[in-house]
Amino acid sequence: MPYLFNTDESQQAMLKTVGVKSVDELFDQIPRELRLDRPLNLPPPLSEIELESHLRDLASQNVGASGRVSFLGGGIYDHFVPAAVDAIAGRSEFYTAYTPYQAEASQGSLQAFFEYQTLICELTGMDVSNASLYEGASAMVEAVLMAMRVTQRRGKVVVLGSVHPEYRDTLTTYVRHLGCEIVTVPTPQGTADPNDVARLIDDRTAAVVVQHPNFFGCLESPREIFAAAKQRGALSISVFDPISLGVLRRPAEDGADIAVAEGQSLGIPLQYGGPYLGILACRQEFVRQMPGRLVGETVDRNDKRCFVLTLGTREQHIRREKATSNVCTNQGLLALRATVYLSLLGPRGLREVAELSCQKAHYAAEQLAAASGMELAFNRPFFKEFLVRCRGNAAEVAQHARSAGFDIGPALSRFPALAVEFGSSANEWLLVAVTESRTKNQIDNLVNALRK
Amino acid sequence: MRNRQATNLLFELSQPGRRAARYPACDVPVKSLTELLPASQLAEQSPDLPELTEPDVIRHFTNLSTLNMSVDTHFYPLGSCTMKYNPKRHERLASLPGLVDLHPYQDEASQQGMLAILFELQEMLGEIAGLPAVSLQPAAGAHGEMTALLTAAAYFHDRGEQRTKVLFPQSAHGTNPASAAIAGFECVQLKGRSDGFVDLDELKANLDDKTAVFMITNPNTLGLFEWDIAKIAHLLHDVGGLVYIDGANMNAILGITRPGDFGGDMMHYNVHKTFTGPHGSGGPGAGPIAVRDFLADYLPGPIVTQTQSDGVDRFQLTTPPKSIGRVRSQFGNVGILLRGYLYLRTLGAAGLKAASEQAVLNANYLRAKLDDVLPVPHGERCMHEFVASAEKAKSEKGITAMDIAKRLLDYGYYAPTVYFPQIVPEALMVEPTETESQQTLDAFADAIRTILNESPEFLHNAPHETPISRPDEVKAGRQLVLRWKR
Repeated sequence: MPYLFNTDESQQAMLKTVGVKSVDELFDQIPRELRLDRPLNLPPPLSEIELESHLRDLASQNVGASGRVSFLGGGIYDHFVPAAVDAIAGRSEFYTAYTPYQAEASQGSLQAFFEYQTLICELTGMDVSNASLYEGASAMVEAVLMAMRVTQRRGKVVVLGSVHPEYRDTLTTYVRHLGCEIVTVPTPQGTADPNDVARLIDDRTAAVVVQHPNFFGCLESPREIFAAAKQRGALSISVFDPISLGVLRRPAEDGADIAVAEGQSLGIPLQYGGPYLGILACRQEFVRQMPGRLVGETVDRNDKRCFVLTLGTREQHIRREKATSNVCTNQGLLALRATVYLSLLGPRGLREVAELSCQKAHYAAEQLAAASGMELAFNRPFFKEFLVRCRGNAAEVAQHARSAGFDIGPALSRFPALAVEFGSSANEWLLVAVTESRTKNQIDNLVNALRK
Repeated sequence: MRNRQATNLLFELSQPGRRAARYPACDVPVKSLTELLPASQLAEQSPDLPELTEPDVIRHFTNLSTLNMSVDTHFYPLGSCTMKYNPKRHERLASLPGLVDLHPYQDEASQQGMLAILFELQEMLGEIAGLPAVSLQPAAGAHGEMTALLTAAAYFHDRGEQRTKVLFPQSAHGTNPASAAIAGFECVQLKGRSDGFVDLDELKANLDDKTAVFMITNPNTLGLFEWDIAKIAHLLHDVGGLVYIDGANMNAILGITRPGDFGGDMMHYNVHKTFTGPHGSGGPGAGPIAVRDFLADYLPGPIVTQTQSDGVDRFQLTTPPKSIGRVRSQFGNVGILLRGYLYLRTLGAAGLKAASEQAVLNANYLRAKLDDVLPVPHGERCMHEFVASAEKAKSEKGITAMDIAKRLLDYGYYAPTVYFPQIVPEALMVEPTETESQQTLDAFADAIRTILNESPEFLHNAPHETPISRPDEVKAGRQLVLRWKR
């Protein structure tokens, strides 16, 4: 076992200090009949050389974004991650520390989280941000639960059908037992008509959830929808794409009360689904109903500025079952990545990434529609991602692209909720996402590969 | 060497016109933005982010990192958190192309290696738990608790049973009741015996046909194994309830006893504790759950399943037939799960057991070394951690648990968990883990002895050598400043 220190000799000395004869005797605290009387049935141990070769072998059976040109989207994108982000996140003073309970020995993390909170506020226009949650879907659910506490309404939540299907699925899982009705607004044209949404909001409605740009890449009309929500006393929850805020209006300007996002685009590797970053920010008046860790500024006994975890009175160790949430960690290392990423980009960098993604996505859409027999599914403005309808089976088209070295998708048929909502044609639809990392050449080659 | 000037905020360092990241010119025909997007949706200006060069950014965060204590730099005996060494091979291997660059929605054929890893991890976690059905989806321990409780709720609902209550001991982690509340259960807290164990009579008195789940951490938060755990499980099972094992303290019992064998029906792991996922300044974690066969159909999807065709293993993502649905998007915190996998493959069965044995020996050794000055009120021995009390030091000298914790920072040790669990007055919860040497434990014990001989007034103002000392937490909570402003 490579990480143990004690030699047999020191072990004997330690046992003597404890006053027992053997290590086994230490486990007398466990009734004999409950002890496992055989070794665990696990694969044999590997040395570092063997482990590396084993894992390289397994990794070589996968093809990732460095092996194929990625046009994959669906909320997770191949945006470029500057080396400086990896360099800072690779500092073991950050990644081997824990939750900053002892502020004196954790100012590095605490200040970074305070900076993260500030950056998220600047990004969204909201007043306060927490120090992060698990990922996008659970952040959206936490926002809904928060809206229920704020409004004291638990009857109904109105969710656009264009919200990420996995987010909607997660919401259903969480609120099923609350007797809360989830009303899904159909979006057959790619976006919701604000008037349709407004009609569904009533005085039992805790929140309206709008993803903008939505799961299909299209821009919704958040301002009109949020105004209707406000009129009926429901909270407005915006699910945003952080990169889009380089060009689009901020959630606060659209009237959002709570803004949530998947923060993966902010310098976080794809790594097959996580860990990612759940962003949650809100208006000042709701701060005491927020879930998750919060870092605040204060002074120490020498009047020096410093940072601490604060508003612990919302949390489980004090409030137990009355806590605002059961989440008791943040995604510290990922929040750090986002902080470094946004500091490297600055206002102009963020704008460039957003504009490049947007321009290239539109070029790709135009070319694909013109040459490959695909048609744009919706005639709606989109940001960096769009839905196409293939002539024939989308999975086959994606497979064809893969054999030419491109990954596109996901196909809508991947998501059970959408398979139902889109009916028999669901297997014809495919998402295509384009980031600043793609080149004209790559786009042209994809189009050529799919040309029919 | 620490740079003592470097605590300005990013925003204070910002200089208009500076920038780090630069992007290539647009190589597709550029259109006006208003041609692509409705003008009414466009921002009037970019968010007011700081303007910095790459050297600014690197120096800033590198200097910040030196203000942290961490496992790589310091002994970090934070009770209940299992701050063990995080092997460097995991960092290298988890970053390999083919793992770190996999998109969650790519086709199954191009991720067979990843699915093979996750499948094998499910199998290993099932074996270590003695509970065969595993979901890797939960992102952290509390998320695992909630997921398991929702799974139990679906199981009861399917059987037409109206079970509304979740029970837990007073010493439970705060997340247990919080998770139960989110899962829609009524919480019943048991007082327990004065020695910290579950009071069987009290438990019996609270069990009925409304009882859904009893949640218990075992070893418990005092670092003691619940001697009566099998009896507790029988009592629950007799009324048709289930037993949930909070796996925060699994590091004490790997390969020695299994939750499934001592009566647990469901449990979560903390991969970031027991299986060395780095704690990342508070996260990410991973909180996979393991449950009995009869609960498998209700687990959240996707689960990795294996089939064979023409003698070749194929892996696919499947959703269990009566699944509660998702508890998050995508697969799970794969980056952390991978590190757990690498750890299990490095140690194997004998290595895991040796790790637990050493963790328990280290804890008992440190406990024995401190027994005369910081006695442990509960139990003659401990498992992987112990909860000492500074009550004697407080009454005799006016030195509190907090004083000791803060002063330890000056001596170069992170502080134990303090004032938890609350059943121990002036509690110091110490978990050394197996990856510390006898010499480190000796030096730590010496530091505590020295501290207990220092003047109480001096200790009340400790720490003295850290970048800051005794922040005003009341002010932080009253005059909320949660962001920097111009």
